[in-house]
Amino acid sequence: MTTRFKKEVLDTPAWWQDLDRYIDEQKNNNPGHVQSALIPVLHYVQDRYGYVPEKAVNHVAQSLGVPTVYIWGVASFYSYFSLTPKGLYTIRVCAGTACYVQGSQAVMNEFIRRLEIQPGQTTEDGLFTLEEARCLGACGQAPVVMVNDRVHAKVRPEQVPDIVAEYTALAHASAEAQA
Amino acid sequence: MADVTITIDGIQATVPEGSTILEAGDSVGIHIPRLCYHPRLSIEGACRVCVVQVEGARNLTASCCFPAADGMVVHTRTPEVLRIRRDIVELLLDNHPMDCNTCERNGNCELQRLSYALGVRDRLFEGERKHYDRDITSPSVMRDPEKCILCGRCVRVCGEVQEVAALGQVHRGFGTIVMPAYDSPFMETVCVACGQCINVCPTAAFLEHGNSDDLMAALEDPNRIVISQMAPSVRAAVGEGFGQPPGKAWEGQCFSAMRAMGFDHVFDTQFGADLTIMEEGAEFVHKLKTNAPLPNITSCCPTWVKYAEQFHPDLLPLLSSAKSPMSMQGAIAKSFYAEKLGVDPQSIFSVAVMCCTCKKLEAQREELYVDGVPAVDAVLATREFVWLMKHMGIDFLNLPAEEPDHPLGASSGAGAIFGTTGGVTEAALRTAYWMLFDEDLAADALEFSECRGLKGVKEATVDFKGTPVRIAIANGLANANRLLDRVRAGEPFHWIEIMGCPGGCIGGGGQPYAGANAVPLDENLLRLRSQALYDLDVERPLRCSHHNPDIQKLYAEYLGEPMSERSHHLLHTHYHPRVPFGVRPQEAQV
Repeated sequence: MTTRFKKEVLDTPAWWQDLDRYIDEQKNNNPGHVQSALIPVLHYVQDRYGYVPEKAVNHVAQSLGVPTVYIWGVASFYSYFSLTPKGLYTIRVCAGTACYVQGSQAVMNEFIRRLEIQPGQTTEDGLFTLEEARCLGACGQAPVVMVNDRVHAKVRPEQVPDIVAEYTALAHASAEAQA
Repeated sequence: MADVTITIDGIQATVPEGSTILEAGDSVGIHIPRLCYHPRLSIEGACRVCVVQVEGARNLTASCCFPAADGMVVHTRTPEVLRIRRDIVELLLDNHPMDCNTCERNGNCELQRLSYALGVRDRLFEGERKHYDRDITSPSVMRDPEKCILCGRCVRVCGEVQEVAALGQVHRGFGTIVMPAYDSPFMETVCVACGQCINVCPTAAFLEHGNSDDLMAALEDPNRIVISQMAPSVRAAVGEGFGQPPGKAWEGQCFSAMRAMGFDHVFDTQFGADLTIMEEGAEFVHKLKTNAPLPNITSCCPTWVKYAEQFHPDLLPLLSSAKSPMSMQGAIAKSFYAEKLGVDPQSIFSVAVMCCTCKKLEAQREELYVDGVPAVDAVLATREFVWLMKHMGIDFLNLPAEEPDHPLGASSGAGAIFGTTGGVTEAALRTAYWMLFDEDLAADALEFSECRGLKGVKEATVDFKGTPVRIAIANGLANANRLLDRVRAGEPFHWIEIMGCPGGCIGGGGQPYAGANAVPLDENLLRLRSQALYDLDVERPLRCSHHNPDIQKLYAEYLGEPMSERSHHLLHTHYHPRVPFGVRPQEAQV
């Protein structure tokens, strides 16, 4: 399979203008202390871009007057921010106590085996990123797997192939629709 | 501000409100052990070595970041405190390579000294260790994160004193690491190679990129003519590397030592400094006479030049086109001197002993090459020079004082003071006056006291026969930024001198490590080193660059006059904006 799945590319002049507008807004909200704008701006980038790319860090550094390495320090400190591109679908397998007790590790192992990647990595075709999550707040449904915003409850290892197939089909369908 | 009085180990200490417990201890001679603390940097409170017991407090308190309060009773040396402090250092060692015997900082390491003083003898803890590669991409500064104990001094000196912010603490917890943005190779970052991270590092996490192997190879090669030059400030600090107190210039001994090492010809960068003054002085006078854009900003500091290229590209047209003394000296050695010897310039191996780590980078800049040949082939930091002498068994302190060789060795007092902040300006004023009026300043008017001292920015208006000449001098890049912001705002200056390191070259990143009881960047230490250079100036029979007989001969025989076509070819250069562009920290650090 040669298809490479990408999130919608936001790297357009309009996108950068929107970012600048947001930065200005945050600067105005934090007069005399522009650093306070940093975390909201990083959230903005991550939410719209899927991760925090180098060129966005450089841009934010220039606009906010915060040195690049400090921004990188903040972005790397918080696990919420990702410094590498993510796949079209992020699969988060909960490893919180309840899910763990209910066998989430076996589910995780099955994803690792099927997708041939380790937690934190992205498949070569850009389709899936696998992550280990701490409690997702749905212990009653344990073990829980989240794929982007959708919750899959009481997942058993033998369901993993179906989940992978479902999202693969979805991605192909939307790629065809776009073509 | 009001004073507060606290009791430390039974002694009353009265200090201004806001002082820390640690500072209060210092004021009454109680030295609380410390590691991440540095008096010139912001407080980090990361290492916990300085913990003390405060009566009434539940836990031990880090004294470097806890303000002294009236009536506070503190104990710094109870058995419990001593035991815990020892364990804290042992935990630092737990994740530190135990290769002290083969470490560059063996005998000079703050962690080693602390570990001895606090009594770490048995190793009780053993845990996971971090493993990282060294970054040796920069010709100036090497980074070895395995030796790092995360005290954060390098990050703070880089951001606060230099306003470069090349370094930061990245990732979290056990995985925290000090690195440039994106973990880029050092050479591709905003690092200006000043080496202050080396000066303040308590371990060997930052080191100069050594070149002594290159020197040894050249000495071994019968076809290479090995020549030397030595920066002014090397002589002002080299004695410290042999346990001598600071403040004495060991000039003649350095030349003897180089002869003992096997150098074929021993020259002096102070000759190059005199030459720089001739060229830059002439350029300055020309700018004054032709109403060219001013100020003339000095360019002899390679750290400042790189900083300007990345952080102040709009000001580059104001930089003097004159090369630095080191590069001029090298250029003349590979042209005039090679011709004089009747040899191919490539057969000359030109070595510079420098107080500076950035000079290693400067030597590799291709725009400073002479007809395709590097002007300087190897740069040794003062520390490497000291080590080489120890390596070769040279009894430095008992060497006779010798003179450097001609024709590139004689220097004036003006050349000597180049190594301290304000010195270049003073030297330039002496010669610019002569160039403008064809007469010398009076003997008692040669010294410009307003150029001297360690203040971050010094300013003066000098009277040149009724014409006021407005000068300003900055040392340390944060101070330079304050001054340059005023230039950009339109404040009129004629002349601006900038040296990247605190105190100028005497505080360079290649100088000997501060001794056991000293602090790196200590003002007193810098003052003593600069005094050693001012003493040399006074002792010199000739105190102006234009009186240097070797300089006069060079112009008569080879260059013609300052700013001649040949001078331009050999002694002047150009600058270009450089990526990545820097972002100055505008406020306190994130």
